[in-house]
Amino acid sequence: MGHIRVSGLGKAYKQYPNRWSRLVEWMVPFAGTHHHLHWILQGVDFEIKPGEAVGIVGVNGAGKSTLLKMITGTTQPTCGQIQLEGRVAALLELGMGFHPDFTGRQNVFMAGQLLGMQIEEIEALMPEIESFAEIGDAIDQPVRTYSSGMQMRLAFSVATARRPDILIVDEALSVGDAYFQHKSFDRIRNFRKAGTTLLIVSHDRSAIQSICDTAILLENGRMAMHGKPEEVMDYYNAMLAQREGQTVRQEMLANGQVQTISGTGEAGILSVRLLDAQGRSVEVAEVGQPMVLEVQTEVREDIERLILGFMIKDRLGQAIYGINTHRLDKPVTDLSAGERVTFRFAFDMRLGKGNYSVALSLSRLDSHLDRNFEWRDYGLVFHVINNRQEDFVGCSWLQAQTTITRSSESVVQTEVSQ
Amino acid sequence: MLLNLYRSLWSYRGFILGSVKREFQARYRNSLFGALWTVLNPLSMIVVYTVIFSQIMRARLPGVEDGLAYSVYLCAGLLTWGLFAEITTRSQSMFLENANLLKKISFPRICLPVIALLNAGINFAIIMGLFFGFLLISGRLPGMALLALIPLLILQVMFAAGLGMILGVLNVFFRDVGQLFGICLQFWFWLTPIVYPVSILPSGIQELIRLNPMTALMNSYQNVFLYNQWPDWNSLIPLMVIGLLFCVMALRLFRQRVGEMVDEL
Repeated sequence: MGHIRVSGLGKAYKQYPNRWSRLVEWMVPFAGTHHHLHWILQGVDFEIKPGEAVGIVGVNGAGKSTLLKMITGTTQPTCGQIQLEGRVAALLELGMGFHPDFTGRQNVFMAGQLLGMQIEEIEALMPEIESFAEIGDAIDQPVRTYSSGMQMRLAFSVATARRPDILIVDEALSVGDAYFQHKSFDRIRNFRKAGTTLLIVSHDRSAIQSICDTAILLENGRMAMHGKPEEVMDYYNAMLAQREGQTVRQEMLANGQVQTISGTGEAGILSVRLLDAQGRSVEVAEVGQPMVLEVQTEVREDIERLILGFMIKDRLGQAIYGINTHRLDKPVTDLSAGERVTFRFAFDMRLGKGNYSVALSLSRLDSHLDRNFEWRDYGLVFHVINNRQEDFVGCSWLQAQTTITRSSESVVQTEVSQ
Repeated sequence: MLLNLYRSLWSYRGFILGSVKREFQARYRNSLFGALWTVLNPLSMIVVYTVIFSQIMRARLPGVEDGLAYSVYLCAGLLTWGLFAEITTRSQSMFLENANLLKKISFPRICLPVIALLNAGINFAIIMGLFFGFLLISGRLPGMALLALIPLLILQVMFAAGLGMILGVLNVFFRDVGQLFGICLQFWFWLTPIVYPVSILPSGIQELIRLNPMTALMNSYQNVFLYNQWPDWNSLIPLMVIGLLFCVMALRLFRQRVGEMVDEL
């Protein structure tokens, strides 16, 4: 149970040149085909053994959702085969089929029936569903009075009320509050321990790496890679970085405003790299690891003064740390065209685990408002993981030194003195 | 293949029955008079037709000198036509209306036409119950010929379901089908002797009207309710043949296009 075998899978949509051609194709005998196929997914082969957890990654439009939809059976493949053993549960469209005018309880029955359960089964599972969703008396209120988080809780509780042999999870799952997210992830982990095969789509590196045994990378509708999560994620991130770099460049060309601010671009950034202690370029850093941020710049015209600034932002875009060479009192002066300047900033990665991006600016003074040679967002994206240090929460590693003193006598004394 | 369809329907019986029940509830959930509206709609139509045709236009059924006779005649045709119209119009839009569900959840698609059929059936049962009450009170309840209703209804439902399913699938690919059928249904209604008896028409047109397969069916209903007369089974053969043909075509079309349908929604 829980076996997934996908072979030669492909999905194409029919595209007709005009609205009449489908009619012609259907009605006129021997008219031949009038459509051409637009391939979304092609030549996908993989096998997932029972109890294995596989992550699927890829940029938007790579075909992830189409693949999952075909595995769950909502969409039929154009070619190839999918063999599934066991009961499949999909956490793709939670709350689909909820009717706003009916109460939560009635909707639980509805959703359960849509999953093919019988009334008696749902009745038996009801107490469990109620207690997991933790929405209290709201269960007997119409769903239209629910917040989206409450709907999500209820929908998740129904969808996972029975342990499936195969569980398919979309990253959309990460709605709901942190408490419930944690709780739902715990449930998924428990299913896994009990032998459920897991197929998960996510952009969250830590989620993929902490849960999955292997990962599959989809690129332009094809399987670009199938291997260890770390390797696949590294490759994926490199791919992303490349893409992002391109879009930035394109935007800068297309957007006149950027050019006016940056003047003629007297200086520009050539490359941004994060290096580990051995000088290797990395995208993943361990908490506490010594790192070097290396920025190569190019001077295109004679300038009297050059300041490089960088800012590390978390995934919400909030500044975590920013500094420039003016404040560090290291301005580079009297540069001539054609010169290359390489900046290296060494620091210990005292950040919490998560995704971070680095924004960079080249300017004349402290502020980039005066003469902004180049400003670049997302110059670099990196991940911080925590496998070596204590498991802390938050975005900065303060490396607390702990001293604990126990003294029972003083407590006794105070009691006596009272 | 039929066995497979049946099997998936059986395993989703909870969903089907639940959906039927909920649709019924949902319709009346926020209305004060609830199920009354199911009755009031056809009732108002019957009143309008009775008043206009039998009172104002002085239409009389040939050979029957009774004011209520026309009402019975009208109901026999109008209510059963209502069932036909409801099954077909519901079926033609069922896939479009449930586009979200179809696109996002995997369940046997054959459930949808069955749900549409059952919903129409429930509404019909309510109205028929009232009609029988009226017949009982007015002392016009026909006799044994009522048993003929069972095969007649089976025939009608088969015809309507087959046609509805074909329209439903086609409507996904060609949205014109829905619009067109709405217009066709109007013409079809007036080209079927429901409001008027076929005998008032000129003989040339009578022949044309008899080519309409629904004419024989409506006549049979009217004869059962009005005269307690068994249907002329031979006249129903065309309807049965077409109905069977529709069902076969519908199942074939459904099976061929069910996968492609989701891509088009």
